[in-house]
Amino acid sequence: MTLSVVFAILFYAATLLLVVGVARKIAVYARTPAPLKIPVTPAPLTRAGVVWRMTKEVTVFRSLFFSNKWIWLFGWMFHVALALVLARHLRYFTEPVWGWVVLIQPFGKYAAFAMITGLAGLWARRFLVDRVRYISSPSDHLMLALLMAIALSGLGIKYLSHTDIIDIKAYMLGLMYFDWQPLPADGFVLLHFTLIIILMVVFPISKLLHAPGMFFAPTRTQVDNAREVRHTAGWTADSTAK
Amino acid sequence: MAKVTFDTPELKPHQETPDLPSVKPGTMQHLKTFPAKPIHNENIGYPGELVEDWQNKAVKRLGELVDGSQALRVFLDTCVKCGACTDKCHYFLGTEDPLNMPVARQDLLRSVYRRYYTFAGKHFPKLVGAKDFDKPMLDDWYNYFHQCSQCRRCSVFCPYGIDTAEISMAAREIMDSIGVGQKYCNEILAKVHVIGNNLGLPEPALVNTLEGLEEDVEEDTGVLVRFPVDQKGADVLLITPSADFFAEPHIDGLIGYGKVFHQAGISWTLSSHASEAANFSMFIGSSDNLKKTAMRIREAALELGVKRIIVGECGHAWRVAYSFWNTLIGPFDFLDPKYPAPQHIVEFTYDLIQRGALKLDKEANDHRRITFHDSCNVARASRMGNIPGGQFILPREVIKAAANHFFDMAPDTIHEKTFCCGGGGGLLTDDLMELRVKGAMPRMQALKQVVDENDVNTLVAICAICKTQFAKTLPYYQFQGDMITSLHEVVGDAIQLGTKN
Repeated sequence: MTLSVVFAILFYAATLLLVVGVARKIAVYARTPAPLKIPVTPAPLTRAGVVWRMTKEVTVFRSLFFSNKWIWLFGWMFHVALALVLARHLRYFTEPVWGWVVLIQPFGKYAAFAMITGLAGLWARRFLVDRVRYISSPSDHLMLALLMAIALSGLGIKYLSHTDIIDIKAYMLGLMYFDWQPLPADGFVLLHFTLIIILMVVFPISKLLHAPGMFFAPTRTQVDNAREVRHTAGWTADSTAK
Repeated sequence: MAKVTFDTPELKPHQETPDLPSVKPGTMQHLKTFPAKPIHNENIGYPGELVEDWQNKAVKRLGELVDGSQALRVFLDTCVKCGACTDKCHYFLGTEDPLNMPVARQDLLRSVYRRYYTFAGKHFPKLVGAKDFDKPMLDDWYNYFHQCSQCRRCSVFCPYGIDTAEISMAAREIMDSIGVGQKYCNEILAKVHVIGNNLGLPEPALVNTLEGLEEDVEEDTGVLVRFPVDQKGADVLLITPSADFFAEPHIDGLIGYGKVFHQAGISWTLSSHASEAANFSMFIGSSDNLKKTAMRIREAALELGVKRIIVGECGHAWRVAYSFWNTLIGPFDFLDPKYPAPQHIVEFTYDLIQRGALKLDKEANDHRRITFHDSCNVARASRMGNIPGGQFILPREVIKAAANHFFDMAPDTIHEKTFCCGGGGGLLTDDLMELRVKGAMPRMQALKQVVDENDVNTLVAICAICKTQFAKTLPYYQFQGDMITSLHEVVGDAIQLGTKN
């Protein structure tokens, strides 16, 4: 029971750090002014056009596709698989489980392997491509190691330790409704949980900020209408000419 | 000036783009652009020499810039080191120096930002690659942020739109703020403030030059084409790079503008107060100078009482005009709302052609087999016309209306993927010749293909920096230096003066 309490406290703390940390970052990004019009052109002429531009970037990684097919392949595979795996995990947090979550369960299972393949591909590039090797810091390797370990420990729960997921679900729901339940003391579960807690904590202070950050890059989010609409912000806010 | 020897990269036969180099650390470490003298820095509002306590002052300035720029703040956080940009910079492709890979160049600044402004960098610097701002770091900043032409090609390919230009501008502003300026940019900026143009050409000399030009054109064509200065009440104020007043091939472009105005019967004027379209303040990321330099144009337009402002062939100037003028010196409510403010000379000529108001004789250009170089600031930081990508369409349509033989270079090297000429961003100085020649290589490779396969003999550009850079670097690659041509020279040659439209 001690373990259950320790992890409960850690999960609450990590959730708080993640939510507050990312919310704070988003607020700072949103509040920092963009004094000049700097969309990378050709850029959309309307707000709706910008939404479409960003939709393509977020869903199919458009720029990356035209940039480098290998990074795109591994990166996109990883992110889509991660999305599926996360969606699949919703069944541990919902009762009754939502219909669409039930539907995607089989895909989520295979997605774990796609996720690992994507991560392995990205990691291999950090060793094999001299340009990418040159720009990699220890933290870049550690991040991949962390994600890889999360995926592998998850597979360990499913295929090696055969932990009763009913107990895990009871534990997670207990956390959510402040009605704590015992945590199945299985090695893979504890490892999986520990790594996820680490990921949640480092999210707001690491390059994982690319997820919220990309929505605030003026080069992609600004409308190309500099001549039509007078834009002022920050140091240009007081720049109305005499 | 010390004679620097270096090898010009070799071009490959029948190849659209250069081979991917392997990284060779330190190959460009030696290249240090001439530092500004104290007077150059002071003239534009910066300390003359390296200040006391420069580390802390630089770090503080970095913090201020990040607080004032959403782009900078987001770009410093979001890079995941995926490597997509690593093979996109013309300077990396030409020099093989890994610090010329966009992400590595950014990291020179990002590592300092992390060290002083992030939790991870303050407490675990080694882990996240955070570094102190010390003398070796300052030296690397000076050398490598002056090996970036701020062309934005990397940004096109970045999954997060990170623009190295913004980071390199910030780095130069920080260095200027502690008294470490570059001679080329800072000296030129002072000339603009004091005399009115980059070349330091005073008003009487400008008037003389233009009178001489009128005589030359009249001798050549038998028609008096006016090149007016400070003519109050003219319809159009033309703001053009001062290189147009006498450099080759720029001046032939100016003659072309004059012929277009003449044929269209639209009155126009240059301004001695604002006899310069260029605004090098952008290159050094100086907001004060950017606004001050731009303000001359508003003053000139009001003083002369014009109805429209048209900008001549200049890449970064068109970025400043198109993207920044409305913000910095607008609103343009005193101009005729029927026309975009400002308007590019290519938009103006294109509209005339569309309306049938400009008769062009294509055969006059039959000796030319033309390709077009998209200048980076026009391609990736502005627009022409009313649809996205108009900046690619309009110049090509104008060329095709004025000439019979046009051939585009390889798709991966034009439009928004265009390779920089190698001389942009405040690097068009002889002390950086090695960088300029090597950085031109990717463009030269694409050019070689159309020269070999389509017998192209004319490289058209609409940027004063591109024109000067190509005139100088083409011969290094066994091309004729004079194959670089102003777009409006091609137009001008096709105009039959004296005929009725």
